[in-house]
Amino acid sequence: MEKFEVFRHDIDDISVLNIQGFLDAHTAPDFENELQKLLQEKRYKIIVNLDGLQYISSAGLGVFMGVIEDIRENKGDLKICNAGEKVFKVFDLLGFPSLYEFYPTEAETVEKFKAAD
Amino acid sequence: MSQNKTKSQKYRLKLPIDTANLDIIREFVAGIAQNIGFDDEDIHRIELAVDEASTNVIRHAYEGQTQNDKFILIEVKTFPDRLEISVIDHGKGFEPDKIKEPEMDAYFKQMKRGGLGLYLIKTLMDKVDYFIKPGVRNRVKMVKYLSL
Repeated sequence: MEKFEVFRHDIDDISVLNIQGFLDAHTAPDFENELQKLLQEKRYKIIVNLDGLQYISSAGLGVFMGVIEDIRENKGDLKICNAGEKVFKVFDLLGFPSLYEFYPTEAETVEKFKAAD
Repeated sequence: MSQNKTKSQKYRLKLPIDTANLDIIREFVAGIAQNIGFDDEDIHRIELAVDEASTNVIRHAYEGQTQNDKFILIEVKTFPDRLEISVIDHGKGFEPDKIKEPEMDAYFKQMKRGGLGLYLIKTLMDKVDYFIKPGVRNRVKMVKYLSL
């Protein structure tokens, strides 16, 4: 069985979810649960670090789409970093770069949040 | 699997309806694609297209259906110049004519989720055909040509 794992760490009011492995229709609910936990805690500044994500299907992309409205209505954002070439291509095919901010590193993404404060 | 580029070969994989089987399906088609000489980028496209078609079957084909034997069948045929993959079920089917290419801008404005799979399949593969007989046999046939 191909694995999927989510690791969370917080930097002040920013929460980082580092997702690893294979994100498909089977593992998407795990990712969604982690995001929903953040929303329940009213943490709306979210970074999803894709370093270690080897595969994503549209079921995985659907999770990003399912939460973004809620996040932005609460003056937050979900930004994405460290996408590998193969994974980024899938986001790109579906036009995600026009809706979500992508950055090469987590540090840069944190800076973007801090600069907006 | 031995490499055989001259003859056509056929492979079949029948599995119960369960998203836990998606990785088995991906590995099955990736192995065959690799064997006939597709590069890593095309293997990824094929894996993803088959994952999307299979996810649609697993999530939707048998919704509200009462069959006991709910399965997904993956049939792969290899040819010297191409790979043909069919994803087959005997669930409720759908109307391919009603599948419109999503306008991504409008899609995002509505923050609509789901339904992206068919768009991806069309983008990733060279040819896609639907053969729908609800309750009998529904088949999504996808073709990918080897680049010469």
